[in-house]
Amino acid sequence: MLDVLKIAGRNLSRYRRRTMLTLLLIIIGMVAVLLFISVTGSFKAMMVGQITDSVLGHLEVHRKGYVASIDMLPLNLNMKPGAVAKVEAALQQNPAVETWSPRVKFGGMFSNFTETTSIRINGVDPTREAATAPLLPGRMAEGPKGVALVERGQIVIPLLLARGMKVKVGDTAVIVATNRDGSVNGKTFVIRSVTEAISGPGGRDGYMHIDDARELLRMKDAEVSEIAIRLKNPAQLDRVASSLGEALGATKGPAPNPPAGAASAGAGPGSGQPLLEVHTWADLSPFASLARMIDLMTVFIKVVLVSIVLVSVMNVMVMAVYERIREIGTIAAIGTRPSRILSLFLAEGLLLGVIGTALGTVLSLAAIYAINLWQPHFAFGQQSDLVMAPTIAVGQVVTVALLVVGVAILASLQPAWKASRLDPITALRHV
Amino acid sequence: MSLVVAQGLTKTYRAGDVEVPAIKGANFVIEPASFVAFVGPSGSGKSTLLNLIGCLDHPTSGKLTVLGTDISTLDRRSAADFRGRNIGFIFQDFNLVPVLTAYENIEYPLIMVQEWPAAKRREQVMRLLKAVGMESQADKRPDQMSGGQKQRVAVARALVSNAKMVLADEPTANLDHDTAHKIIDLMKQMRDEFGTTFIFSTHDPKIMAAAETNFTLEDGRVLSQLNHAGAAHA
Repeated sequence: MLDVLKIAGRNLSRYRRRTMLTLLLIIIGMVAVLLFISVTGSFKAMMVGQITDSVLGHLEVHRKGYVASIDMLPLNLNMKPGAVAKVEAALQQNPAVETWSPRVKFGGMFSNFTETTSIRINGVDPTREAATAPLLPGRMAEGPKGVALVERGQIVIPLLLARGMKVKVGDTAVIVATNRDGSVNGKTFVIRSVTEAISGPGGRDGYMHIDDARELLRMKDAEVSEIAIRLKNPAQLDRVASSLGEALGATKGPAPNPPAGAASAGAGPGSGQPLLEVHTWADLSPFASLARMIDLMTVFIKVVLVSIVLVSVMNVMVMAVYERIREIGTIAAIGTRPSRILSLFLAEGLLLGVIGTALGTVLSLAAIYAINLWQPHFAFGQQSDLVMAPTIAVGQVVTVALLVVGVAILASLQPAWKASRLDPITALRHV
Repeated sequence: MSLVVAQGLTKTYRAGDVEVPAIKGANFVIEPASFVAFVGPSGSGKSTLLNLIGCLDHPTSGKLTVLGTDISTLDRRSAADFRGRNIGFIFQDFNLVPVLTAYENIEYPLIMVQEWPAAKRREQVMRLLKAVGMESQADKRPDQMSGGQKQRVAVARALVSNAKMVLADEPTANLDHDTAHKIIDLMKQMRDEFGTTFIFSTHDPKIMAAAETNFTLEDGRVLSQLNHAGAAHA
């Protein structure tokens, strides 16, 4: 086989300019694809990270029907303590789960004593919320950054609201909310900090301590609107969502949409539909379509690469066969088997693919390294000055490399087959 | 056992609806280690006959036995194997692989056809290079060689896999007078050294004179067989 490769190499070297041009096309294609994958991949990872680590978490568990009417923040679709306990038990048993944070979400009125506006609030356990959405404490436009998110009697409000209501850190405000029975309650809070405008759902929500939220809403039980979950490895998102969905599928309620105040809606298996739903961040965020678009573009650029390699290698191999018809006749006449002739031309395609891939990979990795040294900045949503730090997984490099080599061999197949089927007499007569 | 036996051998080509007979009922026998020429004008069927003996083509009718094998029974692959084991070829235009050196051209059949181990290959190639007087030119590529040198390499390539016969189609047509003589002498010397049968198709009087047997062809028929007295190889 080495001898065949050696002869194939010599054959490629006889048409140096054509071979170099083909290699150049493969190299450019490889560099374009690997750079695209690494840059868009890191952008996507950063974008997803901003959304999951600032607000959503990787997964969220809700009572069935809650997400469908999440704009209303329906208090009657909160999870009861029994259901919460079952979810927490399932999360504790799942080794892929790093941590989770229960939230009470509700809509209320924010008053600075002269003006009033609406506000969406997350009642959170500050420690668990900071562990589940670790970027959140650092994303404060005003007030303390990177420390405990909120304490009892305090509220964190979004920047737009702070600007609109002309309030600042340390000011006092009143939050008025309607509980699930329809009665209204109000409570005074000190503004602890003001969040940046965070991209994604929930990015313009306020935060208070979960106990304050329950007190404000006059909850008798420790109800929870949602449980945000952080995974140890986000790449396992779909697998964990599926296993968690199966684990929680056993938790069923008496009816698909239990009426407000249904006492039995909380825990325990019943005869109705599953009581709980598991959603990935992608199910909850419109930015998932942007991520999918990036994936689609990656597929598209791979198709372009395949086309480049296919056309260029096939062109060079078709020409090689055409120009060497007499030579093929000679080697066939002296007894070279058709399969051996086939392998000789396939080896030429293989060499083109391997050399192009090797050089393309080296150049791509060098370019990625250079971009990391350069550290270009860009903006995403309201966040500017983000550093582009492209990386690429070994698996992706190997996949693209195998794709290119495979396509190079595939492109050589037809010319090689033609060469192997040439009639020696006809080939020897070829001028 | 005779090396080649043809009995009522015919070969007809089709050109559209027209049948063109190239060989018409040829009968001849070629003995091992002989120096044989098929002579005749262009279109007389010399090359067709060489193609048939070389298992590159199949007869239309009649029987052609080469080294005891009826060549009609060989399919594409087994014909290739048969050629690789038993037959060497020398061409008018030398047909060396341009990207390979003299050494590598001679080595080529041992790699691509017979897959000899490297050490044995080297020994055999060096033996042939020496036999054809090209050992000092081993690293030259065809474009760095004269016509005579190329044909010497072609002779060595034809013999390297211990072929029992070598088919040479107009081997001196592209050589000057002196070089042609040298090549004919070389081939005869190789026949004497290795016991290989050389079968030529030629117009060249030098080859006709050197051949022990001349088969004269005309319009696809073997008209005569001339054995040179005293030239027969013992």
